[in-house]
Amino acid sequence: MTNVKQPIWETKEMINGMAKEQSIAGKKRPGLSAQGVSTLAQANAEQPALKTENWFFSYGQDWAIKDITLEVPTKQVTAFIGPSGCGKSTLLRCFNRLNDLIAGARFQGQIYAEGTNIYDRDLDVTDLRKRIGMVFQKSNPFPKSIYENVAYGPRISGIKKSGDLDEIVERSLRQAALWDEVKDRLDSTALGLSGGQQQRLCIARTIAVEPQVVLMDEPCSALDPIASAKIEELILELKKDYTIVIVTHNMQQAARVSDLTAYLWLGQLIEFNKTGLIFTNPKEKLTEDYISGRFG
Amino acid sequence: MKNFWKSGDPFVWLTGGAIALSLIMILGLLGLIVVNGLRQFWPPQIVELHLQNGETVLGEIWEREEILALDGQGSGHRIRLKIGNRDLYPLDFRWIDESEIVAKRYPENVLVLERLEWGNFYGRFNTLKQGNTILANSLGTGQEALADALAEMALLRTRIRELEKDEIGSINYDLEKLRLEARKLLLTSDTTSVAVQRSLTEKRKKMTVLQRQYLEKEKALSALYTKSREMVLTATSADGREKAIKIFDIVRLTTPNALDVVARSRVFLSRVAEFVSAEPRESNTEGGVFPAIFGTVILVLIMSVAVAPLGVLAAVYLHEYAKQGLVVSAIRIAVNNLAGVPSIVYGVFGLGFFVYAIGGTLDQLFYAEALPTPTLGTGGILWASLTLALLTVPVVIVATEEGLAAVPREIREGSLALAATQFETLWRVVIPSALPGILTGLILAIARAAGEVAPLMITGVVKLAPSMPFDGRFPFLHLERKFMHLGVHIYDVGFQSPNVEAAIPMVYSTTLLLILIVILLNVVAISVRNRLRKKLAYSVF
Ligand SMILES: Nc1ncnc2c1ncn2[C@@H]1O[C@H](COP(=O)(O)OP(=O)(O)OP(=O)(O)O)[C@@H](O)[C@H]1O
Ligand SMILES: [Mg+2]
Repeated sequence: MTNVKQPIWETKEMINGMAKEQSIAGKKRPGLSAQGVSTLAQANAEQPALKTENWFFSYGQDWAIKDITLEVPTKQVTAFIGPSGCGKSTLLRCFNRLNDLIAGARFQGQIYAEGTNIYDRDLDVTDLRKRIGMVFQKSNPFPKSIYENVAYGPRISGIKKSGDLDEIVERSLRQAALWDEVKDRLDSTALGLSGGQQQRLCIARTIAVEPQVVLMDEPCSALDPIASAKIEELILELKKDYTIVIVTHNMQQAARVSDLTAYLWLGQLIEFNKTGLIFTNPKEKLTEDYISGRFG
Repeated sequence: MKNFWKSGDPFVWLTGGAIALSLIMILGLLGLIVVNGLRQFWPPQIVELHLQNGETVLGEIWEREEILALDGQGSGHRIRLKIGNRDLYPLDFRWIDESEIVAKRYPENVLVLERLEWGNFYGRFNTLKQGNTILANSLGTGQEALADALAEMALLRTRIRELEKDEIGSINYDLEKLRLEARKLLLTSDTTSVAVQRSLTEKRKKMTVLQRQYLEKEKALSALYTKSREMVLTATSADGREKAIKIFDIVRLTTPNALDVVARSRVFLSRVAEFVSAEPRESNTEGGVFPAIFGTVILVLIMSVAVAPLGVLAAVYLHEYAKQGLVVSAIRIAVNNLAGVPSIVYGVFGLGFFVYAIGGTLDQLFYAEALPTPTLGTGGILWASLTLALLTVPVVIVATEEGLAAVPREIREGSLALAATQFETLWRVVIPSALPGILTGLILAIARAAGEVAPLMITGVVKLAPSMPFDGRFPFLHLERKFMHLGVHIYDVGFQSPNVEAAIPMVYSTTLLLILIVILLNVVAISVRNRLRKKLAYSVF
């Protein structure tokens, strides 16, 4: 699945409530997936890491995401770009069901993670989140020590032996290129780190649970160019082991780190293609306007 | 003019004025309490007044006020003198018109005796006797003998107290326990069975042993009392009457007019120490307030232990689990309004619910042998603490909810995204981050509880508690006991005592002490909170 097929995006007239609408909190639930009751453990590695099919999402009133169908290939970096408020974060948060918390949210369509319908009634959400980690736009370390921040996820998954935890903490911090800076003060509070260090700590915390997919929502938005460069480097490094979906406002960054780029506009997927093609030869006028800075 | 209003200066003045006014009132109140509360410990000058009618009076000048002269022309002053010697005069105080005073002196040889009974004695040294032998007949020569006698009698007082409270007290305690056990056996088991009979006999035997011990102690006690009557000080009052006073009854003997500042300070400190460490005497108007301090602190501690989990759990449910809607809003409003319910209402509820309903039921179930004397079915420190916990729970709920609301959503989402469940997120991240808020609630609750009086008066506080809620006898903390409380003490001494005038300084000192205790409890809680806050401080980069 390394090759992206034809642009998946097709123009579709939005018809509100055209399909069976499903509410997250309400009684209406998605039916069983095609394979019947399935767990992520049985997932098929041949399948794309993430796949949405005619996905609609609403916070209560209008659709914030309208009919998005796309595939995120395994062990590649996929970037979401688009103007502010177009629904990038919303779509990202649909992948690990963080939007479940919001009262009144509803959705329609399917999202699959390696072939498993993640909105399946029988799916264990914590299991899903173990496999799909997330790094937030604003770094959000817990008010605990550096060590405890990284060990948080593994502890939750039931790892108790301190030897194992030490190992995981060191490996994750090394992977996040933070180990050398913090190895002497693992027990001091994470809140004493700089913004960039905090963000790398959050990345270390996320990869400590060894997810398959890492969702990153504007991980560099609060960082200076040097810290951003470090994180970009890190993303390229992580790509070897993880599937990465990154939201960014920085065109250059998208161009530098991603293999595929999706352009979202007002909740719709306008264009989705190889990054090189999107930036050099966009098919859609809207994409071209946005990339060349003629947009709003 | 328009600019003046626009500039906002008047508003600055208005707001500044408001804070200044509040500060002045609070500082004024505090100042009054501090000055009056401490002044009573300072040994006063004793004045000797010779009056026109040939009378001589001795005493402390209490206050001075302006009066109209008898003929309505011009005005003069009169002074109020504390003349003490309650065993000689009908009243502690006397008004004296300044115009009647012929001479005013501060004789150095005036003694002030603080006594176990009858209040202060003002007078002059006459003789010190042991039995019929005269040990000294002037203050100058008798100084040493007097000091020795006072020290000896102070020791005797402690010994008698020990004997009465600890030794005889514990024998009584054990006797009562045995009696109740025997009664329980009689009530609940088959008295014809051999085992029961044997155990009853055994108990009776033990009781006989204890009773014998009791009689021995009693004898020892009466010997000590005989000894206490041996040393007598005879002193002459201002009007020349001679009075024999047992040295045993003298708590403190001073010659205030002869003292320099250092000696006065020493007396001051010893009186302060007595105040905080001794038990009250003379129906609470003199002596110390230690049992009340102890009762107040234990009350507040038990209250905190009860209110913290209750309030926090309730707030967590309201804020984290309950579906936000009309019902939850209604509950929240109700909780807020509970804080406005008069505290006496809580007291009545505590009396009805905790004392009579719960305590009464527990008595029937577990302490049936003691009935009709109630054990838990009467006011006690546990019920009073729970009543206060109920009174302060709204404060804790509101503060905890605020603390929970202040935990950033990003933190919760960060935890959930790491595959934590809602409960794990709550337990490991949210509640620890909300701890400062929770502690703020507890601080407010403590402040409110420590100053509460009305509900306590009907749920377990007494004027004078025979024993403290915490002692050396198993199980150490006696939650069913009645106790003393500083707030109630203030009310009792200030308004219910037989000698209100003389007790006023005591009211001030007790108030000062109560304020200090509240401040101390708060400082402890605040420093814990600040330490936590520093640990949790959310740095913004
Ligand atoms: N919790 C929420 N409740 C209601 N509406 C929301 C919520 N979060 C986002 N929205 C709305 O959904 C739409 C998409 O928001 P989203 O945060 O996904 O935008 P975005 O593309 O991430 O923007 P940005 O680049 O500024 O982060 C916006 O119109 C926004 O107002
Ligand atoms: Mg966003």
